[in-house]
Amino acid sequence: MLVLSPLLVPLFTALLTALLSKQGTWRKGVSLLGSVVLLLCAILLLVEVTQGGRQSVALGNWPLPYGIEFSADRLSAALVLITALIGTAVMLYELRWNETASAGPGLHPLLHALLASAGAVFLAADLFNLYVWFELMLICVLGLLVLGGTRRNMEAAFKYFAVSMLGTLLLLGATGMLYGATGQLNFAALREAALRPEVAGTLPIYVGLILLALLLKAGAFALFAWLPASYHTLPAPVLAVVGGLLTKVAAYVLLRLLGDVFVAMPGMLIESLGWLAVITMVTGVLGAAYHWDLRRILAFHIVSQIGYLLLGIALATPSGAAGTAYFLFHNMLVKANLFLIAGLMWAAAGHYDLRRIGGLYRARPLLAVLFLVNAFSLVGVPPTSGFWGKFLLLREAFAQGRFVWGGVALVVGFFTLYSMSKIWLEGFWKPHPLDEPNSVAISKPLPVAAYAVVTGVSLLILIMGIFPEPFVHYVETATGAFWTAGGMQ
Amino acid sequence: MSLVLMITISLVVAVGVLLVLSRDMFRLIVGLAVLGSATNLIVFMAARPGSLIPPVIEAGANQLPMAAANPLPQALVLTAIVIGFALLCFALMLGASLARSSGNDDVDRMQAAEPPDTDPVKPQVLED
Repeated sequence: MLVLSPLLVPLFTALLTALLSKQGTWRKGVSLLGSVVLLLCAILLLVEVTQGGRQSVALGNWPLPYGIEFSADRLSAALVLITALIGTAVMLYELRWNETASAGPGLHPLLHALLASAGAVFLAADLFNLYVWFELMLICVLGLLVLGGTRRNMEAAFKYFAVSMLGTLLLLGATGMLYGATGQLNFAALREAALRPEVAGTLPIYVGLILLALLLKAGAFALFAWLPASYHTLPAPVLAVVGGLLTKVAAYVLLRLLGDVFVAMPGMLIESLGWLAVITMVTGVLGAAYHWDLRRILAFHIVSQIGYLLLGIALATPSGAAGTAYFLFHNMLVKANLFLIAGLMWAAAGHYDLRRIGGLYRARPLLAVLFLVNAFSLVGVPPTSGFWGKFLLLREAFAQGRFVWGGVALVVGFFTLYSMSKIWLEGFWKPHPLDEPNSVAISKPLPVAAYAVVTGVSLLILIMGIFPEPFVHYVETATGAFWTAGGMQ
Repeated sequence: MSLVLMITISLVVAVGVLLVLSRDMFRLIVGLAVLGSATNLIVFMAARPGSLIPPVIEAGANQLPMAAANPLPQALVLTAIVIGFALLCFALMLGASLARSSGNDDVDRMQAAEPPDTDPVKPQVLED
């Protein structure tokens, strides 16, 4: 039952918070309590998986491969834990946050349903079930996008809907075709069926279609237009959940399907994924360089970081998968935390546009330090988690002789530094354009809970960077069986 | 049966793509719904339809007859129809409120959330 808790607990919390639509304080309390329970369940699940190996539940008491299976191995258990961590952090951060006050009673149910569907995708071991949870995720994000109620929100939601819907349809169609070709939907059964010689000719086409759908959901090159068109209309705490989870969930599924289920795909497919990863990195970081709105800059960096995740998948070895897994853990935390920091900058200086704010270094030195830690982690500077993520990926890329891929990844790190120093120079060093440092906006007290949350996650990022050994060991055991014909961990 | 389905699916996909490429917001939504129906037909076709034997275990037997219809893709399609219908309703409401608030239904003119691109180097400051 513990395996199902990461989806049952948030779904139950979503229900409770929906019932408490009139009692704002109670709703926030229940929401926070629900996320803490989820965090505890995720920790217990992680302990159970590290001690007892892969845990699995087939619903309805049907034997596998007919029952709908949820399973937690080391990789998914850790991702569920990070999801729960982001959820708890955001619920704490949001306690006294006036940016989301206008969102109304729909906010908390939708956030918890989003946490449930993300957790369920990490645990799903069945292709159709995976599609259903992706749909639920899409519905939740659409709800969150329109909560603001302005024309900007509506237009962003419409653009998001139109593009994501195409991806969802592709995912469903490809799932149907894969079922038609193999007669299976369960991951373990699909892996065996995929090795049969009679499907070898057509299978890459169907898997290619699924990859296309997932690349769209992940925001890879040429398919990422929906992301910068919609994310920046969300308030900071919601953006931390959406930006921290969504695209990474799709990247995880790519890793799972290519590395663990359809392991014998033709080299051309993997090779093109690698080039796509490189182009994604470059286009994302260049898009970020153009913009001046904090949320837009960070949204484009999501695209760029997706490139690194795809790079590790395209290396097609256990070490590459380990690099992607580590990068996934690190990036979910850093990205969510950077959005939370952007929210604090908004609260302190009054705007998300860098040309309208400034003077934060003098007014909020602690915020400046926290931003630096997270920015360095995104760039990949040594005492932070980002360094080890990039190190694992680049070491494997150079070991395989992929000098162009690795070289571009290094150059993109430099451009990331450019964007981060833009935020630093404009937001922190430059004096506030509305003159004196003790202007009204800048001397407002900031919510303590929000500060505490951001500090806590930043400490975790530093710990991952200073003591990387247990984390690297964990991902190497988690992905040791990837890209081999052997069984799941 | 398969050939008829294949031709139908191709036609429906063609219609869907044509509608989705339109600049008219409601054509786009209808196009996505049509593409959704085509996708449902694709999943339905995965069952190799054609068998008229219902998937019911006869009295006394302990398994399905060999040539029975496959009920699983039909269950999958049912789920997909429900989700697709919910999303279609949502999209229609969203489209209606957008058209009402902005006074037009041209998707190319949906620029409220985008910075105006008057300057190629620096986007304009957006009021929000």
